[in-house]
Amino acid sequence: MQRMAGAGHGVQFSLRVPTTLDVVEEAVDLLARHCLASGLPPRRARFNLRVVLAEALTNAIVYGNAMDPAKRVDVRVDVDGGRLAIHVRDEGDGFDPTQIPSPTDPDRIQRTDGRGLFLIRQLSDEVHFNERGNAICMIMRCA
Amino acid sequence: MSFTVRKDDAKGVVVVGVDGQLIVGNRHELKTKVLDALEAGEKKFVIDFSPTGYIDSSGLGALVSLSKKIREAGGELRLAGLNDDLHTLFELTKLDTLFAIVDSADEALAAF
Repeated sequence: MQRMAGAGHGVQFSLRVPTTLDVVEEAVDLLARHCLASGLPPRRARFNLRVVLAEALTNAIVYGNAMDPAKRVDVRVDVDGGRLAIHVRDEGDGFDPTQIPSPTDPDRIQRTDGRGLFLIRQLSDEVHFNERGNAICMIMRCA
Repeated sequence: MSFTVRKDDAKGVVVVGVDGQLIVGNRHELKTKVLDALEAGEKKFVIDFSPTGYIDSSGLGALVSLSKKIREAGGELRLAGLNDDLHTLFELTKLDTLFAIVDSADEALAAF
């Protein structure tokens, strides 16, 4: 985990995660602990933050890097101005987030997959992707 | 994180406690424990989330899968002990319409 001063008065820290699902829980715990000082309300830090981190890391490992152990997932968190910006980037080809159907559609409700991005959108204040679709930015406001 | 499995002999119900997280890294362990019991002839299951921190979408998917398999075997699954955050997760995904959810494991046992 690298920790450094952000561009403004905030703090920035980053973590490089190997492409294996075994590390997701540990990475989530590590990142969430560093986010505690951000001012995020405890309940959101305890639950929403951990869920969106777990989802973004899992998506990057499974779909982005396709479980290729030669690839890595880069996470960067910017804490500044009463908000967290969590950037997760994989080394995959990217995807089109507008093409992901809602898991709450009646014909999809009994599926066992397809809820990750939906939860990220529901539990974050804002979600952005880069043009290629291999990097997500999740914004959580502290207020 | 770990799973505890106990049998309520009076009711014939298997109660599985999820201690910690139910996520991509341990969902198969939960499925194995429940499916082993199902294969051994158990029909009534309660999954107790009162000691649970968070569940990710893989964990929710595992629960959907278990629900189907238990139902197909003529059994019944109830979820218990969801805190407000976990409850919200089920409501957001509309999975609260798919599962029988009760406040506590004791309440789930009493209802069997």
